[in-house]
Amino acid sequence: MTDKLTNAQIAWRAAQDIADGAYVNLGIGFPEMVARFQPPGRQAVFHTENGVLGFGEAPTAGDEDWDLINAGKKAITLKPGTAFFHHADSFAMVRGGHLDVAILGAYEVAETGDLANWSTGPKDVPAVGGAMDLVHGAKRVAVITDHVTRKGQPKLVERCTLPLTGVGCVTRIYTSLAVIDIEAGRFILREMLPALSIDALQNVTGAKLHVTDPVGDLICPEV
Amino acid sequence: MDKRLASLAEAVAGIPDGATVMIGGFGGSGAPIELIHALIDRFLETGSPKGLTVINNNAGNGRVGIAAMIEQGMVAKMICSFPRSADPRAFTERYQAGEIALELVPQGTLAERIRAGGAGIPAFFTPSSVGTDLAIGKPVQTFEGRDYVMERWLKADYALLKAELGDHLGNLTYRMAARNFSPLMASAAARTVVQVRRAVEPGEIDPEHVITPGLFVDAIIEVANPAQEEELNRAGACHP
Repeated sequence: MTDKLTNAQIAWRAAQDIADGAYVNLGIGFPEMVARFQPPGRQAVFHTENGVLGFGEAPTAGDEDWDLINAGKKAITLKPGTAFFHHADSFAMVRGGHLDVAILGAYEVAETGDLANWSTGPKDVPAVGGAMDLVHGAKRVAVITDHVTRKGQPKLVERCTLPLTGVGCVTRIYTSLAVIDIEAGRFILREMLPALSIDALQNVTGAKLHVTDPVGDLICPEV
Repeated sequence: MDKRLASLAEAVAGIPDGATVMIGGFGGSGAPIELIHALIDRFLETGSPKGLTVINNNAGNGRVGIAAMIEQGMVAKMICSFPRSADPRAFTERYQAGEIALELVPQGTLAERIRAGGAGIPAFFTPSSVGTDLAIGKPVQTFEGRDYVMERWLKADYALLKAELGDHLGNLTYRMAARNFSPLMASAAARTVVQVRRAVEPGEIDPEHVITPGLFVDAIIEVANPAQEEELNRAGACHP
């Protein structure tokens, strides 16, 4: 295995599946990059758990207003149509099924759709934030992640070993090597890097990859 | 009726040892820094209040605000969703030393528990945390084929909040994302004390713009140029 997508390219690929006018929550950190890659002519409305809908990009350094931040506590900006609301309304949007897409990071995703992304075990100070709410609220819950851990271990597994964020909640995974759907407790391979063979991909995947339809080429621009 | 107080010291004077205190804010946005620091000053002078249970989304950042309360040893327990921050040392050190208890709550569940506390609803069911470690020991019930966890309301003895405008009747507006948990906490505490950037006459806030009606508010104190936690931390500030 020689090549893989950068985080920005994974975010670019995930952004291609977001429809015009979709209401979208992006997890803290890497998933926030998805907002940069909306296809031309499409405009999603971004939600952040601390109570802002339809916000703009980060301000330039020095122009931050620290009353105007996202869930990652980074400064954001207003744009026409921005709305503020309190936390109970914010999570009514989440749990009430009003968001079209939530995109989160992952430590592990199981073929059952189980997600582990909040705790690496008892040595850590545990911190969950809004992840457990998001995975049960959005109409579509997608994960973006490297295909393997830094040590090369599969992140796509039969059963998660780390504490769960949610059970049976993830429906699509965008990795550095492939796009994989979860249907009826199985990983269904949809796209993979053109240079890769299914066997090579299977070797770095911790559960069986199923092929039900022709597998597309995963091709991303340099971004 | 006039809910204005004369001093920050008066605003925090009644909080007893062992009290449960909701503190508004998400990170630094909406954090009532002056009220918190007045509480710390009272503790340093009198030794009270201590053994507090603090409810906030986070567990402090740096050496000001809630982090400074924890550093001083005033907090026995945090109820929060995300006790990590850019500089989480105050909480992390006490937590790892076993000197502070943690009740970790999913963020939406935390908000709804506070809302329920203010709305007189002792329990509710949510899909959040079903099948996870955070649901252990909690009743689960199936509705229309899906499992939900029962969560209990959260109430407090005091809420310490920050708002933008406050009139003498306690009607409040907030500034941008600084609103976050504050309207919920205002309803869920036996006594709600709010620092406002500007105290105004009744009628100066358009009734269409009131976010927290004065009924939920017991006292306001004007703090004209409130400190912003993020800016304090960037300046390396420390309280006291």
